[in-house]
Amino acid sequence: MSAPAYESALLRTARWRPWEFVIWAVAFALPLAMPSHSLLVNEIAIVALFAMSLDLILGYTGIVSLGHAAFFGFGAYAAALFAKLVMPDPTVGLVFATVLSALLGLVASVTILRGSDLTRLMVTLGTALLLLELANKLDWLTGGADGLQGVVMGPVLGLFEFDLYGRTAAWYSLAVMLVLFLVMRRIVHSPFGATLKAIRDNRLRAMAIGIPVVSRLAVVYTVAAGIAGAAGALLAQTTGFASLDVLAFDRSADVLLMLVIGGVGWLYGGVTGAIVFKLLQNWLSSVTPQYWMFWIGLILVLLVLVGRDRLLKPWTWFGMGKKKGGAA
Amino acid sequence: MLTILFDGIAYGMLLFVLAVGLAVTLGLMNFINLAHGAFAMAGGYLTVFAMQKFGVPFLACLPLAFIVVALAGAVLERTLYRPMYGKPHLDQVLFSIGLAFMAVAAVDYFVGSSQQNLHLPEWLRGRTEIGDGATLLGMGHYRLFIIGVCAVLTVVLQLILSKTRFGSRLRAAVDDPRVAAGLGINVNIVFMLTFAVGSGLAGLGGALGAEILGLDPTFPLKYMIYFLIVVSVGGTSSITGPLAAALLLGIADVAGKYFIPKMGAFTVYLLMILILMWRPQGLFTRKGGR
Repeated sequence: MSAPAYESALLRTARWRPWEFVIWAVAFALPLAMPSHSLLVNEIAIVALFAMSLDLILGYTGIVSLGHAAFFGFGAYAAALFAKLVMPDPTVGLVFATVLSALLGLVASVTILRGSDLTRLMVTLGTALLLLELANKLDWLTGGADGLQGVVMGPVLGLFEFDLYGRTAAWYSLAVMLVLFLVMRRIVHSPFGATLKAIRDNRLRAMAIGIPVVSRLAVVYTVAAGIAGAAGALLAQTTGFASLDVLAFDRSADVLLMLVIGGVGWLYGGVTGAIVFKLLQNWLSSVTPQYWMFWIGLILVLLVLVGRDRLLKPWTWFGMGKKKGGAA
Repeated sequence: MLTILFDGIAYGMLLFVLAVGLAVTLGLMNFINLAHGAFAMAGGYLTVFAMQKFGVPFLACLPLAFIVVALAGAVLERTLYRPMYGKPHLDQVLFSIGLAFMAVAAVDYFVGSSQQNLHLPEWLRGRTEIGDGATLLGMGHYRLFIIGVCAVLTVVLQLILSKTRFGSRLRAAVDDPRVAAGLGINVNIVFMLTFAVGSGLAGLGGALGAEILGLDPTFPLKYMIYFLIVVSVGGTSSITGPLAAALLLGIADVAGKYFIPKMGAFTVYLLMILILMWRPQGLFTRKGGR
């Protein structure tokens, strides 16, 4: 391929499609159209952002992480404590939490550079557990097992008060999500993003053609941690509460599940997965409040047995028969 | 002092029996099985019910737990696990965690979420003390029993893996399934037996550990992390690696909780991260192979 040809190919994949504008317009119209569901919209926007940040390292870079909630929870506590101890302005708190989580990600990125998938699973899980223990034991700061209560947020940008129905919260979360989505979209479609995919597909080959693998991994882990922290901060700010549950293993597992339902290596996969997962969770927990974990487990098992890349393409479920080779 | 060391060793030995099955499936078959704790839980519940409902003596429950769980493992291996071997690790993680979730919810549904108690026979309840003052060594009889059982198991397993024909077949099947099959080894059978024994060991561990670790439906998730730590820190090439890791972990956990109770499980996680950063493949790794 000559240089202009691949340049235009890269640009073509990066171009905005018409349906993308529609989707975002619909998302922002939702709190107006269905005011009673604003809280759900807010929640979905937050977990979708969280899932996208995981996609950045899992789908685009191929790092299996069981402890992404570490950054989510860290951001949540950072934002809540900032609001409580320093100042109640949401935007400043958000930036503060994001930067702090990114710094934590930079430090933690040292742990994912070496070893096999199992080692990475363990150190990411270990990092999240370490933070969970810390948040539990430092109860004079974090409230321990009771959670951090009494977080009062000021109005967004000094103009919009958070209301009881969560409309401001929904728009606030959607706006932050859109901004960070644009950032991530820019990253994954840039040459930098292309090198990440090269590392995912074959690390040795990526190294051989001169991609600085270690620094790329560190950078992408830092960015993903920062964005996950932002998602956590949004949760703490819009609910006015942070508890140990934001750091729990369940949260890491849930976000992994969302991403896998929606499809990895595709930013909208995180969004789709978050919507499906949250609606499913709402529905299942109203049908069987106590045992929805069973159904989630069943979905996971079926998902893998069917082949997760085919779940989004129902027309391939039947007829095609057995095709050799699983997901990448 | 010595008592802490003793309790730590007993705890470590118990972890070893629980985790060694995982070391076998994960290390030898390269399958990340997060549902391993569910097999252990099955063994624990089996023992509790056999003793409460049918009055089976405790000693008879242990082999029972092993055999029943091993059979269940064999069935599951044949039906569900086998298609997963060639899949990427992410798929294996999702699949097995899904199984663990299902087990947790199912046990909750059928048995209830309350903690189950195991009633030990009289002769296992006592406690012997040797020495006094700083060198006091208090040995609970049940812990002594656990150490004994585990020591025997370790030796037997090591002998099976290194000295028997089955052991060499297994190692061959792991190193290169295609060549092994070409040499006339039935790789499928070998893997199924291995998986069954691994699950059975988990069941036995669950039966032994129900009294010390506690038994409730969240067991698989609560202890999953400990099993994984033992295997990943110990390395997966031999029996000695996980054994050393389990002892280290057990002693560190008991001592940590005794001397710095404020830190809780913090010590263990920190230790694991540091060890894995220092030696990403675990403390003891086999050269060659893959």
